Amino acid sequence: MIRSELVQALAKENPDLRPEEVEQTVDIFFEEIARRLAEGGRVELRGFGAFSTRERESRKGRNPRTGETVDVPSKKVPYFKPGKEMRERLNP
Amino acid sequence: MMRSVGTLTRADLAETINRKMGFSRAESLALVESILAHMCNAMADGENVKISGFGSFVLRDKKERIGRNPKTGIEVPITPRRVMTFRASQLLKERIANG
Repeated sequence: MIRSELVQALAKENPDLRPEEVEQTVDIFFEEIARRLAEGGRVELRGFGAFSTRERESRKGRNPRTGETVDVPSKKVPYFKPGKEMRERLNP
Repeated sequence: MMRSVGTLTRADLAETINRKMGFSRAESLALVESILAHMCNAMADGENVKISGFGSFVLRDKKERIGRNPKTGIEVPITPRRVMTFRASQLLKERIANG
């Protein structure tokens, strides 16, 4: 399933809404999750799963072309843990 | 100072939809539930879900392996199972890395 298919399915369920309203609603949904993660927060959607961020330590990397050692600074990376209900639905 | 941000929930998502789209609170919450239900259903049917600009939810099938009860040390088989992983898009990774 891709984004446009999700929008279509929702539009079909909500014939009272204009297609562009459905599209905007889906955009808001994912944008709010992304924004909260970018702010360093957590997103918890019971049954579906929880999004959070984890700190990656800085490390010494190497430029594969030149072999030069470079500092890779610490950074935050996204993390997702599926919810209990989701895990159960995937393994009936 | 870094402000600590709380946890975003369904209610918060519905609230933003209510405010930005002008749908009723009940309607906004129903839309949030509906988005999640469609994604859940697709994955329960064995489909990956790909949201451009956000990321992909990818299913992986794990084979049976031997685990150990960490308390008792007794070996137990871990049954084969399907797990769901999230791969953030390049865009989302950059937004998170840069804070």
